[in-house]
Amino acid sequence: MSITVIKPGLQSSFQDLGRHGHQHLGVSVSGAMDARAHRLANLLAGNSQDTATLELTLTGPTLQFNATTCIAIAGASLSPTLNGHAVPNNRPLIVKAGDTLAFGARTHGLRAYLAVHGGFDIKPILGSCSTFLRGKFGGLEGRALQKGDQIHLAKPLNGMDPEKLSDDVWKIKIYLPAILGTTLRSDIRVVKGPHADRFTPESLQQFFSTDYRVNPESERMGYRLSGAKLTLANPTQIISEVTSFGTIQVPTDGNPIILMADRQTTGGYVKIAHVATVDLPLVAQTMPGESLRFQEITLAQAQQLDSQREEAFGRLHQGLASLRELLGATQTA
Amino acid sequence: MNIPALPAPWRIVPQGDRTLLLVRDDEITEEGGRACAAIASALRTASIRGVTDVVPTFNSVAVHYQPRLFGSSTTYKSLATEVARVFEGVDVASAAAQSRIVEIPVCYGGQYGPDLPDVARHCGLSEDDVIALHSGEPAYVFMLGFAPGAPYIGMHDDALNIARRDTPRTALPAGSVAIANRQTIIYPNVSPGGWHVIGTTPVTMFFPDKNPPTLVAPGDRVRFVPISVDQFESIKASQA
Repeated sequence: MSITVIKPGLQSSFQDLGRHGHQHLGVSVSGAMDARAHRLANLLAGNSQDTATLELTLTGPTLQFNATTCIAIAGASLSPTLNGHAVPNNRPLIVKAGDTLAFGARTHGLRAYLAVHGGFDIKPILGSCSTFLRGKFGGLEGRALQKGDQIHLAKPLNGMDPEKLSDDVWKIKIYLPAILGTTLRSDIRVVKGPHADRFTPESLQQFFSTDYRVNPESERMGYRLSGAKLTLANPTQIISEVTSFGTIQVPTDGNPIILMADRQTTGGYVKIAHVATVDLPLVAQTMPGESLRFQEITLAQAQQLDSQREEAFGRLHQGLASLRELLGATQTA
Repeated sequence: MNIPALPAPWRIVPQGDRTLLLVRDDEITEEGGRACAAIASALRTASIRGVTDVVPTFNSVAVHYQPRLFGSSTTYKSLATEVARVFEGVDVASAAAQSRIVEIPVCYGGQYGPDLPDVARHCGLSEDDVIALHSGEPAYVFMLGFAPGAPYIGMHDDALNIARRDTPRTALPAGSVAIANRQTIIYPNVSPGGWHVIGTTPVTMFFPDKNPPTLVAPGDRVRFVPISVDQFESIKASQA
């Protein structure tokens, strides 16, 4: 009833929608970098959206399944194969005992999410299965996958003919709303931060009109950018305040940093802007060396876009009722 | 719908599309910190739908929220209205009376506090004076941040005012007790740090398997208790 890790991949870690409710105690939220792809993979595997998935980074793992289950992959295109045959992203796939899931070349994006039906059998820490790599807790012993790991499935699909299940699942029509797909766009929509007016007008103008390159040391904690250096009109010390997913802070060297899933809960740098939640997945899928450009939108627009995407998730969830029924019925058969 | 105005020195501002900030435009004082903790506590008790975290800091309270749980595209304004309503009902004075005192043992100086001589020299005090000033009166926990379980404690006596180190250290041992700008931070685990390490505590600050997972929380007061090397080793052994 498990999965054997043949090759771990570059950085494969369990993530859900994050460890909420403990930020006042300094506990980072963590969670999927691309929450959109994480939720999509879950829905397509017949799960609730906050079930832990495996976040794969650039080079995917090789996994051998020792049980029948339904899986789905979403996010980056990392050329997944099942027993050597190409399989698509954004589809429920039935795997059976002895099958090997592997990944090949990246064609676009950086992070893919692997969901299994019913989830992986992981003990939650402070209400979440997310791995906080820097703090070494959560997920699988607070670390990324290693060769030889055995991961148990919480709800394998036992006692069912995988061939028939596969045929039945393949017949299900899936209408993926475009707004939920992986888009390729370097314009990142942001809402101005409370400290934006402390920058010189030239710096603000450059921030919104020039490209920023993602540096190699960017990771789950934050994306370090280089481009036009940002200067304050009157250099002042900022009192430590909270950070948010997507906060763009500017240390004294003038190079902005986008705070991501494993960010510290507080920070003492000037905050020029915040990435709109709807565009955080675009940042999460950007490779070091690629460039971003920031485009200002209002808070109302950001929340409107967020709300539209939530409606699309609602529609997809409804549309997948037959999949859940199929997998659930199998469970009790 | 207009966003309600709060009485000075408070104001309410958005931070991105999923965080709302109550900001206090004033000097950092324990009284201000207590107000932040009291407001945070009231907001947590209010259990506003969609709010996931309420985080007090030195001079602000952050409310993290998930708009999808509101089912409305005017989330920020609705939330600000609700937050302002809770704010009006907060009695800061009664919150101050409830403060808990947590004793934290610290082995000062020597290998446990490599920066104690520098701090003493900079402040024009003896090492014993620094220890006495640091461990004398209980001090206030303004917030936790930097790392899980890491408290920012202050404000210490003016005589202990020293800026951060010019060059941060890359790896401080777990439990390092460090000061800067009349505040103390305790590093729960091995981490980089730019403050002056004057001692080390043998007690565990963060234990993720328990809930709550930290030794102290915002709003507590901390009394540092000087201990010997022998006591340090014995407490450390009992924690393992």
